[in-house]
Amino acid sequence: MADGITVTKLNAWFGPSHVLHDIDLAVAPRAVTAIIGPSGCGKSTFIRCLNRMHEVVPGARVVGTVLQEGQDIYSPGVDPVEVRRRIGMVFQKPNPFPTMTVFDNVAAGLRLGGVRDRGVLNERVERALHAAALWEEVKDRLGKPGAGLSGGQQQRLCIARALAVEPEVLLMDEPCSALDPIATARIEELILELKRDLTIVIVTHNMQQAARVADATGFFLLGELVEFGPTSQLFTKPVDKRTEDYITGRFG
Amino acid sequence: MTTTRWRQRVSSLMAILTAAAAGSVILPLVLIFGFLLWQGAAAINVDFFTHLPKPVGEVGGGMANAIIGTLILLGLASLLGLPIGILGGVYLAESRDRRLPWIVRFLADVLNGVPSIVIGIFAYTLVVLPMRRFSAVAGGVALAVIMLPIVVRTTEEMVRLVPASLREAGLALGVPEWKVVLRVVLPTARAGIVTGAMVAVARVAGETAPLLFTAFGNRFWHQGLDQPIAALPLQIFAYAIAPYDDWHRQAWAGALVLIVLVLAVSLMARLVTRGRVGAVR
Repeated sequence: MADGITVTKLNAWFGPSHVLHDIDLAVAPRAVTAIIGPSGCGKSTFIRCLNRMHEVVPGARVVGTVLQEGQDIYSPGVDPVEVRRRIGMVFQKPNPFPTMTVFDNVAAGLRLGGVRDRGVLNERVERALHAAALWEEVKDRLGKPGAGLSGGQQQRLCIARALAVEPEVLLMDEPCSALDPIATARIEELILELKRDLTIVIVTHNMQQAARVADATGFFLLGELVEFGPTSQLFTKPVDKRTEDYITGRFG
Repeated sequence: MTTTRWRQRVSSLMAILTAAAAGSVILPLVLIFGFLLWQGAAAINVDFFTHLPKPVGEVGGGMANAIIGTLILLGLASLLGLPIGILGGVYLAESRDRRLPWIVRFLADVLNGVPSIVIGIFAYTLVVLPMRRFSAVAGGVALAVIMLPIVVRTTEEMVRLVPASLREAGLALGVPEWKVVLRVVLPTARAGIVTGAMVAVARVAGETAPLLFTAFGNRFWHQGLDQPIAALPLQIFAYAIAPYDDWHRQAWAGALVLIVLVLAVSLMARLVTRGRVGAVR
């Protein structure tokens, strides 16, 4: 494995509106890639294109290639369900399944994928909760409703849920924007832990966050990738004038 | 010029008016229930729940056959109406097609407005004529048709209320869409769907007109689903227009039992909605 994701000439539409224009970008394996940019610039759409979640919206369309593991996830024979098993996703608002307990939430992907064996479930759920740094806080309340946890815990529960199916890539769409600074710090620590085994792409509104966690950063504006490079370089010596204006707070 | 005092006065006047209007909503039910208790409670005794009606002219007897008949009819109607209604509602909420759901939704609303006696005639033509006999099945079909639009529309609404974020969470785990609907969306909407189903059952429990020429009524115990069957509303109707005082008393008692039945079903619907972990917020 370990060849990341290569995006070539990616274009996306919502009905008639063309929201992504010819995006070329290479996501490094076992590293954190951050996507920054003002609201409405297409960053969420971009990562939703990486696991074929964009097309879930009625009227949405994608053209281009996204190579993962040497396979174009948009080539005709590919099953989007398979793609999403390998490329997991965490959303902006924590969205645990409200009818399920903490345990059932984490086990959901496995159970719905056909895993029945109680021993396997127990082991994978515990491992995922450890990986999401949530085990210590919930080990005594696995049978309680997942929706009863705090916001930050719910988001880590959602990360555990995504990790339980053992994806190769984890996409995170502004995972901290609904959380307070302490919960945010925990998630950021977690991201740095997770990148040892996983390829991570994170969309964030928060430039400091990108600077703290990301190895590489891409700046999106009006549906175009303006600049992409190592995080330290993008924030200190941006090549493009627009990037410089954005990171110095002159607009956006 | 409007002064503060004037505005306060108008405000309290409107508060009283709206409260009075809200109060008048419950007034009819309270009056009906009180009146039924007053008129019907006296005729309620063990015999009423355990005995067949007595022959004309004899005092006493009960409506046990009609109570059982109504329960059988409601069971048949639910067996037919709930699965079709719930599946149809899921289709309306989940389908990406635009035209068929639009047509179905519109026609379901029309069907909801069709007078129940017309639905009785429909069931008569559909079931009674080919079978050449009034029957429990015909009554069940008529009631199921009345239930259908209610169940379809409430199910659709409830499934639509499930946040898109939950659906996306399921899909993003690599779960096929049908499984997401079955294992995530429907359980989340369950409380609402159950409520809708119970509202529909309560609604048809008191229907009389569509049973007149389908279930027809029967003065004896249940004799098979292909035979005419007794039902509380029919029995009440027959007794209320008969010239005997004892029958009038029994009609009141029957009405009381019927309304308690409907109340119990509605109450159950409430409890089911409240008790669930993580009902749709």
